[in-house]
Amino acid sequence: MMPMLSVRGLKVSIRTDEGTAQVLDDVGLSLERGRILGVVGESGCGKSTLIRAIMGILPKAARVEQGEIWFDGENLLVFSEAELARTVRSSRIGFIPQDPLLALNPVFKIGTQLLEIMHWHAPNDGSRGAERRKRHVGRLIGLLKRMQVPDPEGALERYPHQFSGGQRQRLLIAAALACSPRLVIADEPTTALDVTTQHQILLLLRELVSEFGISLLFVTHDFGVVAELCDDLCVIYAGQTVEAGPVRPILDTPAHPYTRALLACHPDRATSFQGIAGSVPSPLSPPPGCRFAPRCADVRAACSAGAPPHGKAKSGADVRCVQFA
Amino acid sequence: MRPILAKLSRDVPAMLGLAIVVVVLLVAIFGPLLAPFPEDAAASHLTRRLRPPSADYLFGTDNLGRDIFSRVILGARGALAIALTVVLVAMLIGVPLGLLAGFRRGWLSETIMRVTDVVLAIPQLVLALALAQLMSPSLETAMLALSLTYWPFFTRIVYAETRRLSASLFVDALRGVGASTGRIVFLHILPNALSPVIVRATIGLGFTILVAAVLGFLGMGATPPAPDWGLTIAESRTYLPKAWWYATFPGLAILFTVMGFNLLGDGLRDLVDPRIRRSR
Amino acid sequence: MLRFVLRRCALVVPSLLGLLVVTFLLIHAVPSDPAVAMAGDAATPEQIERLRKQYGLDRPIWEQFAVYIENVARLDFGESAFSRRPVALDIAQRLPATLELTFCALALSVLLGVPLGVVAALNHNAWPDYLLRIFSVLGIALAAFWVAIMLQLLFSMQLGWLPLRGDLASTMARPDPVTGFLVIDSLIAGRWDAFVDAVRHLALPAVTLSLGGLATIVRFTRAGVVDTLQQDFVFYERAMGYRWLRLVWIFVLRNSVTATVTQIGLLFGGLIAGGVVVESIFDWPGIGSYTVQAILTGDRQVMLAVTLLVGTVYAAVNILVDVLHGLLDPRLMERG
Repeated sequence: MMPMLSVRGLKVSIRTDEGTAQVLDDVGLSLERGRILGVVGESGCGKSTLIRAIMGILPKAARVEQGEIWFDGENLLVFSEAELARTVRSSRIGFIPQDPLLALNPVFKIGTQLLEIMHWHAPNDGSRGAERRKRHVGRLIGLLKRMQVPDPEGALERYPHQFSGGQRQRLLIAAALACSPRLVIADEPTTALDVTTQHQILLLLRELVSEFGISLLFVTHDFGVVAELCDDLCVIYAGQTVEAGPVRPILDTPAHPYTRALLACHPDRATSFQGIAGSVPSPLSPPPGCRFAPRCADVRAACSAGAPPHGKAKSGADVRCVQFA
Repeated sequence: MRPILAKLSRDVPAMLGLAIVVVVLLVAIFGPLLAPFPEDAAASHLTRRLRPPSADYLFGTDNLGRDIFSRVILGARGALAIALTVVLVAMLIGVPLGLLAGFRRGWLSETIMRVTDVVLAIPQLVLALALAQLMSPSLETAMLALSLTYWPFFTRIVYAETRRLSASLFVDALRGVGASTGRIVFLHILPNALSPVIVRATIGLGFTILVAAVLGFLGMGATPPAPDWGLTIAESRTYLPKAWWYATFPGLAILFTVMGFNLLGDGLRDLVDPRIRRSR
Repeated sequence: MLRFVLRRCALVVPSLLGLLVVTFLLIHAVPSDPAVAMAGDAATPEQIERLRKQYGLDRPIWEQFAVYIENVARLDFGESAFSRRPVALDIAQRLPATLELTFCALALSVLLGVPLGVVAALNHNAWPDYLLRIFSVLGIALAAFWVAIMLQLLFSMQLGWLPLRGDLASTMARPDPVTGFLVIDSLIAGRWDAFVDAVRHLALPAVTLSLGGLATIVRFTRAGVVDTLQQDFVFYERAMGYRWLRLVWIFVLRNSVTATVTQIGLLFGGLIAGGVVVESIFDWPGIGSYTVQAILTGDRQVMLAVTLLVGTVYAAVNILVDVLHGLLDPRLMERG
């Protein structure tokens, strides 16, 4: 079966005042149908740029130099902005943002904003005008009930600042699912929430994936969340994919030096306060070859010689490291 | 100081404004030397009435045969003098009041700010006209009236800055060390409040030239035969449309000058207030 | 909502009281006989005596103030030395003409200015933006009276396309005054000829008045939209597939116009002030030309009544602006 979403060899650069930054260098991932893929990386590793490239909302100064983004059999990179807005966003790819307060328009009611989305992207069931709008309202109320938002009818009449953080995030999840997309991209949706709420949202997402039959791309920096929610995992460092595969085997036996180091630092596993020596390279002047080489304990000459080769780890994961080629 | 000037120099419109202001200043100072017919401030030559622009008379001549180009140049002096006086007097009234209101709480502060509100509640021109008329119209009363309508702008700014600064920690520290109120106000608060005041003064200069021109037009300002820009435009009306140059050039002079002050003031404001992210 | 409005009104009351005090003092603080000051330069001794009695000028200052307040409350602003009619009557008769002109100029400024501001913001730092920015700088520096004369010169005297002055051709019969607004009255009366003529007379004055406001509105709208476009919710709305045009003109614009609305409020005051001279140049039969006439004839009662009127209108507009702000951004209403 063709993966729902498949990114291959994506290279993205951004022009800045200080020069051209190579933000993404040969990034690849594969999201199978009906599964949850966690994309993990530190801040600044290029996760946001990756999402924007998939959605087609890169800043003006950005350029896709190379690569393909295959969604359900079509290459998204050849779509024009108008086509994406009309046929892909919301209707086929849903989006859950990181900060629900900043993501919502502060001066319009929730109902207005959600109905605007539905007006343009909800599947056509043959109804028109007022009848159609009523159906949309009905569907929204049903979704909000499912998300356990109290008083769904009243919620539609309220403004974003009148909800709590957790409720807002549920509203946005409802918005993402409203038009029945097959793929949903979630950009660190639990980062802005407290731990208890975070747990509830993750549970909710798990249920929704099987209930609505969607595939979920979940971006995060937290391995704990990945362990709890995701089926598959993809680790990114400084704009390069380093390891990808099913979650459990990788967490049990991480292969790539970066994955190993990252897991070792995680509060659940660490025995002492220890980071990874060195710092993340600036995309303006990235090291040649494998970008983790300068900080890697197992580094050798071949690491900087060229792009890190693809290999397979014992766990079955894809690894990009000379040790496994 | 240096980085500030450097930043200003990259702001093209502000530099243009500065250039214009400098030109106007020079014209005002050296007016009689630059004007081809300096005697036309007062003299009349009835043989060359209402001539269109030519090589000799760049802006043409008026109904008394006077060279309009010279009179426009000479008018710069008056315009600038009025503007500088008005703004200075307004500052002399407004800044101390603002310091007073901002530093001391209580009924004095409240009263000052209420009066400020009331004066600001009336559009400047209307109030200036009412005042000027009550005090018998002349150039001096017009200037006084304008100052009396402009000081609240300075008071508001200085009040806000003083309030903000006096609540800050460093004033408490100064007090703790035993610095006197006068010292605190003049050596520490005033210099900080100065930048927005200078911005407002620059914009105020432009605005005053405009309002003074209106007053001159209405006959509430300078009296003939003064080469006042507004007055000249008023005189020109009877001779339109034939003598189109009579009204056009003095008006362009006003436009040019006011634009210069506005551009400069805007540039200064961008420098001083980076937190109000003015999208350039 | 009602509470919000009432609270705003309450805040304005001190300013209005202050305004009354100021205008009262202006009459009585002049170091000459207040009765003479009130009567104006053209008054006769009988008029002066009458005023003295009417305002109780031989009584203590507090009583005089009370009389003054009482008069104001009864809308008695005295008599114009020039027209020999009650000032209140003159003002009531002339007010519609000024309102018609002011609203027209305001409408022009807003209906043109807001879209142009959005266009400038969308073309941030490209040539349409530069052009519009130059224009806004120019617009603020223009002297209204000069523009008025230049427009008259070009469109009226040279080209003959538009009438020189007045609100209606002297040969045209005036339609029955229902609202006092010529444009509306002529439509009500079904008089197409009067309507066209009224519009033609309105054109130059309205355009003159609108230029300054147009420049300001373009400027502030542009700044507001540029700021808003950088906010996160714009990215989210794009990601959710909002159509770009609707996104900008409905969802972004609402967030961008707070500063512009404030400016529109301030503009109103500026239009009243600017209207003074413009009305006089175009012989527009409104309060502005009335004021200029009063200045030239030294008619103090009129000047003071106009000052009071203008100050009050200004205060009312400020309240309106606050209410509009509250409507645009519901968060403000909660904070009150």
